[in-house]
Amino acid sequence: MSQSAAKPVPVPDEISAPFFDGARAGHLMLQHCTACGKWSFPVRERCPHCLGAKLGWRAASGRGTLYTFAIMHQVMNPGFAAEVPYNVSQIDLAEGVRMVANVIGIANDQLRIGMELQAVFEDVGMGVSIPKFRPVAA
Amino acid sequence: MANSSKGAIVGLGVTPMGKIYGRRAVDFAAEAIALALEDAGLQKSDIDGLLINANLPNDMTPGAQMILGFENLTLVNVMTAYGSTGGSMMQYACMAIREGLAKTIVLVYADAPLTPSRGAGQSYSGPHRFPLGGMTGLKAAYGDFGANLGYAMAAQRHMHLYGTTEGHLGIVAVGQRKWAQMSPWAQMKAPMTMADHHNSRWIAEPLRLLDCCLVSNGAVAIIVTSADRARDLRQPPVHVLGYAQSAPGDNLDTSRHPAVETGAARSGETAFRMAGITRADIGSCQLYDCYTYTVLVTLEDYGFCAKGEGGPFVADGKLGPGGALPTNTGGGQLSGYYMWAFTPMSEAIVQARGQGGARQVPNRDFTLVSGNGGILNFHSTMIFSPHEGGG
Repeated sequence: MSQSAAKPVPVPDEISAPFFDGARAGHLMLQHCTACGKWSFPVRERCPHCLGAKLGWRAASGRGTLYTFAIMHQVMNPGFAAEVPYNVSQIDLAEGVRMVANVIGIANDQLRIGMELQAVFEDVGMGVSIPKFRPVAA
Repeated sequence: MANSSKGAIVGLGVTPMGKIYGRRAVDFAAEAIALALEDAGLQKSDIDGLLINANLPNDMTPGAQMILGFENLTLVNVMTAYGSTGGSMMQYACMAIREGLAKTIVLVYADAPLTPSRGAGQSYSGPHRFPLGGMTGLKAAYGDFGANLGYAMAAQRHMHLYGTTEGHLGIVAVGQRKWAQMSPWAQMKAPMTMADHHNSRWIAEPLRLLDCCLVSNGAVAIIVTSADRARDLRQPPVHVLGYAQSAPGDNLDTSRHPAVETGAARSGETAFRMAGITRADIGSCQLYDCYTYTVLVTLEDYGFCAKGEGGPFVADGKLGPGGALPTNTGGGQLSGYYMWAFTPMSEAIVQARGQGGARQVPNRDFTLVSGNGGILNFHSTMIFSPHEGGG
């Protein structure tokens, strides 16, 4: 297993392009239903609340709190061989949806459920950026 | 007196389990069905219904009917609610028999993910072909692969809210290993101590290797018919007195999380009511145990203890041999074999018949069985009994 294998880079598709375009511009773009007024995530074609197709995009605040996390020790993809152990975390966003992402800028053993987080955007190559989360300085 | 039988289990077939290479899933299925027919004293031509459940995409399709050589069926389906499916199949089979759509139905689960070059860790870890589009690619970019992480995050939340410890998880694993040592079908029989559990390597913290289920090549087949027809067959019938499903619809939009409450709460209540019994009547539990944590949260949601107290509840070893609430008496998925809901169903049949040998529980009147699918998304509950009920 090569230590230099690249991590997988997501390929924006038609439905998710605004999310990835937003991330590249430094915004956490989420879908927001123009019919029922609710936020949703992950990205999809229709609103999961009202099943309407009138999903728009809005910039979310990027603020959230850590709901839970786990520290991954298994290498399921060679691109992560040098990353383990790394955290995969669930973040409750201020808008009321929950995202899975990585929390960065903190040691894994310092992660605390409930801690305040702010979205940051990481260039992962091939012109793609993705949101990650960083603790808000106390 | 319990409520009346909804259907009767008359045959059980369990193949050898584990690192048995070079066979496809449908071949394990054929062996399990042959064993179940022999167990029941039935001929292949007696079967008029076939319900198929499989994990990975494989040869367990509707076309398996022809590979298995069944003719003149009046009911065929591949079904899935992931690890909960066995309960869905039992519901469908019993309802179909009562409606007269079929008389004698085989339920079969088979899987063959292990190969000499692909071990347990890589068996179910999701897509490996890159690049991946959109949201699937986003998950991959975060290193979010497989089910281990989802259950680890659920367990972490439970630990945070309720003070659950690795000792609470460990006692589940240790108790089930003791049971496995008494089961002829179990894959893992080496003694396990609490220290062994605590020293096993991390998979996804807070879950260690010995918190995680096995991966098995093998198959289980179960034959279901009416209570009337069951009376004349070879084995003592096992009656299905209650069954229910619950899928609360946990997702990222609704800010609920299965760490807090699973479908077991509603599904269990419904199944107990259907059977006309209470949890105090249960002699043993055969619970879906993809992880040690799953056992704790399921016991809580079935009401054996208050929410959050699953850890302290099991800490005295009551789930193990000689304990007050014998649970996963064949070793479960942690130490026995991983056949989705067919692991707990198969052991419940053995216990309800009184055929458990050294591991037979003293009270076999009512056995509680659970299925669980996804990341605690889909739940099924069944209550098995040697008693036909009614009257």
